[in-house]
Amino acid sequence: MHIPDGFLSNEIWAIMWLISIAIVGYAIWRTDEKLGDKHVPMMGVLAAFIFAAQMLNVPVAGGTSGHMLGGVLTAVFLGPLSASIIMTVLFIVQAVFFQDGGITTLGANIFNMGLIGTIGGYYIYYGIKKAAGDDKGMFIGVAIAGWLSVVLASTACAIELAASGTVPLEIALPAMVSIHAIIGLIESGITIAVVGFVLKTRPDLLNLEKI
Amino acid sequence: MQEKYFIFGLIIALFMASVISLFASPEPDGLERVAEDHEFLEKGEGHEVMESPMPDYVIPGIENETVAASLAGLIGVLLMFLLAIGVGRVLKK
Repeated sequence: MHIPDGFLSNEIWAIMWLISIAIVGYAIWRTDEKLGDKHVPMMGVLAAFIFAAQMLNVPVAGGTSGHMLGGVLTAVFLGPLSASIIMTVLFIVQAVFFQDGGITTLGANIFNMGLIGTIGGYYIYYGIKKAAGDDKGMFIGVAIAGWLSVVLASTACAIELAASGTVPLEIALPAMVSIHAIIGLIESGITIAVVGFVLKTRPDLLNLEKI
Repeated sequence: MQEKYFIFGLIIALFMASVISLFASPEPDGLERVAEDHEFLEKGEGHEVMESPMPDYVIPGIENETVAASLAGLIGVLLMFLLAIGVGRVLKK
């Protein structure tokens, strides 16, 4: 879902840059001097894993593929603000080093594929976990939040494309959302698998302070 | 040792990026597919703001395509790992 330079109008990509800078700037401000010793290696491994996971495109439906985003997974371990920073670093690296996503459109990509999941997805997960209770709630929470993070990302993307005059909304929205409703299942699956593995092997890592 | 767990995680990521990625689906992703179907894919071509060293996750100039892709994955994972650790250290208590 990485939007390349040229897909968005100047107004839209500029607005998305502003929104992302504001949110990530806030995240940096609130995270500064808050991370503990255990957070650092966790951030390293999660960043490495998410980067790798985003390379693993899986076929979905005829002639299309999808991959995990990882925002919810990262937020479950680190909390919404630190996760937002990690995902931002990820998208910057992908755009700058690997031409995956444009530079003008980096603000939109950070927002769509990162911030929606790390922040919106986190609170959805958190709410469900609280309501359904502990471990079971955690799994249901990550499954739903993960799926939603992908679907909402595709929704935001469709809206940005339409607002840019690139493609009409009545075409973009159903097209993007229908494919990503399936791709979202990949997100749920991998997130559940990783969380489940850590819960079994090192549950303490799920109890880091969430920032 | 506690660190073993994190190293294990890093190794898994390295394996995913340098080996498993070679078997990833080459099909266009959701956005590309919609862009193709509705004919706005060209809007994203030739408008790159900058040129990246490893476009499309391949190291240019290496003849063996498998090696070129594998190395790019490896570099990406290590780069992300180091940057994330660096950011974490800066933001630490």
